[in-house]
Amino acid sequence: MIEEKFDAIVIGAGMAGNAAAHTMASRGLNVLQLERGEYPGSKNVQGAILYADMVEKIIPNFREEAPLERHLVEQRFWMMTDRSHTGLQYRSDDFNEDKPNRYTIIRSQFDRWFSKEVQGQGALVICETTVMELVSDAYGKVIGVRTDRRGGTIFADVVVVAEGVNGLLGARAGLRESPKPEHVALAVKEMHFLPREVIEARFNLQGDEGVVIEAAGTVSKGMTGMGFVYTNKESVSVGFGCLVSDFAENQETPYGLLENFKSHPSIKPLLEGSEVKEYAAHLIPEGGYKTIPQLFGDGWVVVGDAAQLNNAIHREGSNLALTSGRLAGEAIFQIHSRREPMTKQNLAVYKKLLDDSFVMKDLKKYKDMPALLHAQSQNYFLAYPTLVSKAMENFLRVDGTPKLEKEKATISSFIKQRSLAGLVGDAWRLACAWR
Amino acid sequence: MGMAARVEEKLFQNRYLVDSGKPHIVVAPHEKPSTNLLAMTHICPAGCYVENAAGQVEIAPDGCLECGTCRILCEASGDITWNYPRGGYGVLFKFG
Repeated sequence: MIEEKFDAIVIGAGMAGNAAAHTMASRGLNVLQLERGEYPGSKNVQGAILYADMVEKIIPNFREEAPLERHLVEQRFWMMTDRSHTGLQYRSDDFNEDKPNRYTIIRSQFDRWFSKEVQGQGALVICETTVMELVSDAYGKVIGVRTDRRGGTIFADVVVVAEGVNGLLGARAGLRESPKPEHVALAVKEMHFLPREVIEARFNLQGDEGVVIEAAGTVSKGMTGMGFVYTNKESVSVGFGCLVSDFAENQETPYGLLENFKSHPSIKPLLEGSEVKEYAAHLIPEGGYKTIPQLFGDGWVVVGDAAQLNNAIHREGSNLALTSGRLAGEAIFQIHSRREPMTKQNLAVYKKLLDDSFVMKDLKKYKDMPALLHAQSQNYFLAYPTLVSKAMENFLRVDGTPKLEKEKATISSFIKQRSLAGLVGDAWRLACAWR
Repeated sequence: MGMAARVEEKLFQNRYLVDSGKPHIVVAPHEKPSTNLLAMTHICPAGCYVENAAGQVEIAPDGCLECGTCRILCEASGDITWNYPRGGYGVLFKFG
């Protein structure tokens, strides 16, 4: 079908693929991007929060055109028991700025817009085309791709693998292993539609202000997991996710956990009367730094979720995808400009750029957190939320008990549950992993 | 059964273009399902996996959300084969 050879083929039109394709096409490279969905975005799922800084580095004036929902002025972290939540909230009018820092978005709409920008830079984007395999030469160098369309192989100097978390191609080509069940979370999500003014009243918002709720605790039934509520203009995204390995060891269903989360007394009134228009599921890379695979080789680089680039602690993924895609594009442009071949040795510059960026620095910082949260899930998601809730209730309920007795009861409940050594150990382990 | 009914209601909100006769996930013939394959009957977010009367696990992937969870749990062991649907087919997210 396609006779010509491209400077680069990008597999996938998500955040990472679009960032890579835009970066290369805008610098004059001849880029082909392949997407299996009906249109770019139709297979992509995210919460979703967009981080402006990482988009600006690709499209500086994106705010003028991109379909953005609400800019975030408030974050609520909730530690939940079945009937309560203890919250840490931050809201600031400083987030109402000319160029806000974070926005909620609807991925199918944003990605479709992003792809138009990519095409505007001259990249050829072909949808409804599934890449079946990476094609290599006799020396193992990736030289192109084979798709499910007639016409065989399409060739390129380099292939940017942006196929997402469930990346078949890289695993089949032996470039990396598939993620382990303990290194990915399964999240399910619903889109709840409500009138704009109802959302603004319920969440204490004005105009395009937005709020994010992230909640963890007994709602994950002792598994490593969390729920979220993100406000869009006329909809609310509600989701819940847990590690796949935890799901495998329990009898819970993802939709059962989502229903349970939605019926929580702190969540239910926020969704009252909404109309649900979509139900989605997606995997999220959670293994962090220690699970990042080989990122480059002869004729290929891997970017975004396919490379497990996700900061599970801060729940940042799209910005790591955008940045890794952009840096891969810049690296390829550098090599192309020098008229040098896309060898493993030359493409190592991509890894170098990534190492020098926040992407690897942040993932390295939290390299021990995923394993700790997994190993200690019963304590962090069941025991502590319950203890904290009881402590708060005890603190607030006025019933004639002297305050000193209340304090003693709270302290002894913690020691009884976890022992003094256990409490100190939990705090120490968390502090060490956080550093 | 209550939960199963509810997930079907959820899937009803979604748009799909089903590639009739070409399921993208196939369960390998088995007498007794492995632990992970049996677990898919509750883990699959679309409820695609069901245990039949003979105790074997079957799949009807029409409502598949293409998350890949079953691939993570069951592909390496050979319990299933997993491919992306043909270009343009499968779930079509309006919002994602």
